[in-house]
Amino acid sequence: MTFPEYIKSNFTISNAIAAIILIVSIPVMIYRFIYGLGPSTNLSDTNPWGIWIGVDVLCGIALAAGGLVIGTAYHLFGMKQYRHFVKPAILTSLLGYLFSVFGLLFDLGRYYRLPYPMVVSFGFSSIMFLIAWHFALYIMILFTEWSPSLFEWLDLKKFRDFFHRLAIWATVFGVVIAGGHQSALGALFLVAPGKLHPLWYSELLPIYFLLSAIIAGLTMVIFESSLTHKAFKRQLEHLNPAEFDRLTLGLAKAASAALFTYFFLKLFGLAHSNNWKYLFTPYGYWFLFEILGLVFLPAFLFAYSVRYKKITMARWTAFIVVIGIVLNRINTSVIAFNWNAPERYYPHWMEVVITVGIITMEVIAFRWIVNRMAILYDHPDYDSSH
Amino acid sequence: MGMNRREFLKRTATIAGTAVLGSSTHTSADQGPVPESDRYGVLVDTTVCIGCRKCEWACNEWNKNPNQPIKAFEDKSVFNSIRRPHAQTFTVVNRFINPKDSKPIYVKKQCMHCEEPGCKAACFVDAFKKTEKGAVIYNADVCVGCRYCMVACPFDIPAYEYYEPLNPRITKCTFCFDRIGKEGGVPACVKICPTETLRFGKRKDLINLAHERIRNNPDKYTDHVYGEHEVGGTCWLYLSAIPFDQIGFRTDIGEKSIPERSKGFLFMTKVFEVVAAWPLVFAAFHAISKIREKRSAQDAHSTKEGKHEQKT
Repeated sequence: MTFPEYIKSNFTISNAIAAIILIVSIPVMIYRFIYGLGPSTNLSDTNPWGIWIGVDVLCGIALAAGGLVIGTAYHLFGMKQYRHFVKPAILTSLLGYLFSVFGLLFDLGRYYRLPYPMVVSFGFSSIMFLIAWHFALYIMILFTEWSPSLFEWLDLKKFRDFFHRLAIWATVFGVVIAGGHQSALGALFLVAPGKLHPLWYSELLPIYFLLSAIIAGLTMVIFESSLTHKAFKRQLEHLNPAEFDRLTLGLAKAASAALFTYFFLKLFGLAHSNNWKYLFTPYGYWFLFEILGLVFLPAFLFAYSVRYKKITMARWTAFIVVIGIVLNRINTSVIAFNWNAPERYYPHWMEVVITVGIITMEVIAFRWIVNRMAILYDHPDYDSSH
Repeated sequence: MGMNRREFLKRTATIAGTAVLGSSTHTSADQGPVPESDRYGVLVDTTVCIGCRKCEWACNEWNKNPNQPIKAFEDKSVFNSIRRPHAQTFTVVNRFINPKDSKPIYVKKQCMHCEEPGCKAACFVDAFKKTEKGAVIYNADVCVGCRYCMVACPFDIPAYEYYEPLNPRITKCTFCFDRIGKEGGVPACVKICPTETLRFGKRKDLINLAHERIRNNPDKYTDHVYGEHEVGGTCWLYLSAIPFDQIGFRTDIGEKSIPERSKGFLFMTKVFEVVAAWPLVFAAFHAISKIREKRSAQDAHSTKEGKHEQKT
């Protein structure tokens, strides 16, 4: 394609929407960096955290757990049949973590001091410290796992082969590191028993967050592959659609088991803390909606779709669960947090615009890479066996 | 291919060691438990306070915060709403009404200077320090502005300079650590208080004094010294005529300190990362050796076939 042809081919509706979003979002981002948090957010002394933590960081990281899940299945559990899902999952995870950290820059009062917990001053008793280090290590791990695709594109065989051999080691340490910080994100809220609603606060918060991250990884792979297989049809001509459906149902089976486990752990937590009385309050109904509608029901739907081979039902259920994960993170950090505070928080329009802008940039980056590098297929010049 | 046994062991040990490092090392700011006798505190007797708010004025003066002339603090209309500390307002006095006699009760609110501060445990750059005399102080030179300390504080004390665009800081009462560090020094608020509301002294002595006052005047006080045990104990202690939840105090925060709530998880994670790492590494080794086995079996098979073809 010549350059003028390339420019012309980019005049699509989705690009127009992205352009509008970015034209609004980027100036707002610059405004935030120059004028600070006060005029650009609804954050306050009573509500120090908002959607930049709740959505950009918490949801972003939970939904970026696909690399962990598929990488583990493929490299450590020997499930080689999921080969096709590995590279897209790794890329999604890498971009998810990178853009979460980018989103974090907007939330930090002194964003230019981001490296401080790494090199200047160490708060060892802080869960946030563990998270900061883990994010840095895990981004390096994800980059190690993704870099063969980059080096294949750049035609740097020696680098490519070197990093390709490291993949299994990166996966092993990735499991350890990711297990640590996915649960640590839940543990963040252990320090606020009086502020998080009793139905969401639990000593099991780290386990809840870790398990729901695994669920998020599984369902994001189903959901995202449903979209990419439509958007990047040209790259997938070699793929057997029946096989793809069969593997999707395999993921659905795992997700179903994980969702049932999560549901029963939540029940156990509820029984242990004896908080049944809260179920019959408005927050209680909201909690029941999250647990019954977005955890228990999808668990059954997945099981049904696997049993009767209903692939479309599985894909829609995955979408519902992704919504559920997002809702859980927003509940824990914004809606059920400070539930009895004198002054409640809702996001400033600039907070929303920046968040939407970040997500748009992430999607554009994903699309740019998938259009150029061998993510959805194996590069013909390289041996991809592990 | 790649790694030999020595390299593998070296790498694993490094990573495991780094993971454990965090649990066993302490920064220079973490002095460990200070003997009880060295801790200072302030006893706030809310049955005495007249709501003159001179303490607010003195605090602003000493800390060079935005201030008004002392006469302005006589304005009673501020009591119409419950206030909290904000950026560069380290302390506020709130008014509550005693339901028994409809008289006002004035309560000074500021950092409680916890024995085991939640803000300090939360801070990932160690920006908080518990001094020997008891003050919990903040170091703006390392603060990144993550505001996790604000989430962790059970009393909702740390405030943030949201409208400072490039160098925002957390703000809170400093216990006048620079005054109490000197012989005979007392916090600015204690010095200016015209009544006997604020009393500075050794925490141990103040607790004894507080219980003595309750014993000698059982009708005047509710039998509880707030801050004696709450979230592990605080240096600022309160006496009240009526139950504390009626004068703006949280009575559901328990006696377990905030750091204790996160210590368990931190320890478990380090155990997991050291213990779980090994089985996973062995699983990886095992997976690799299985692949090698399969490949060498395939090679041997195809060589045999090749030889067989050559023969025929």
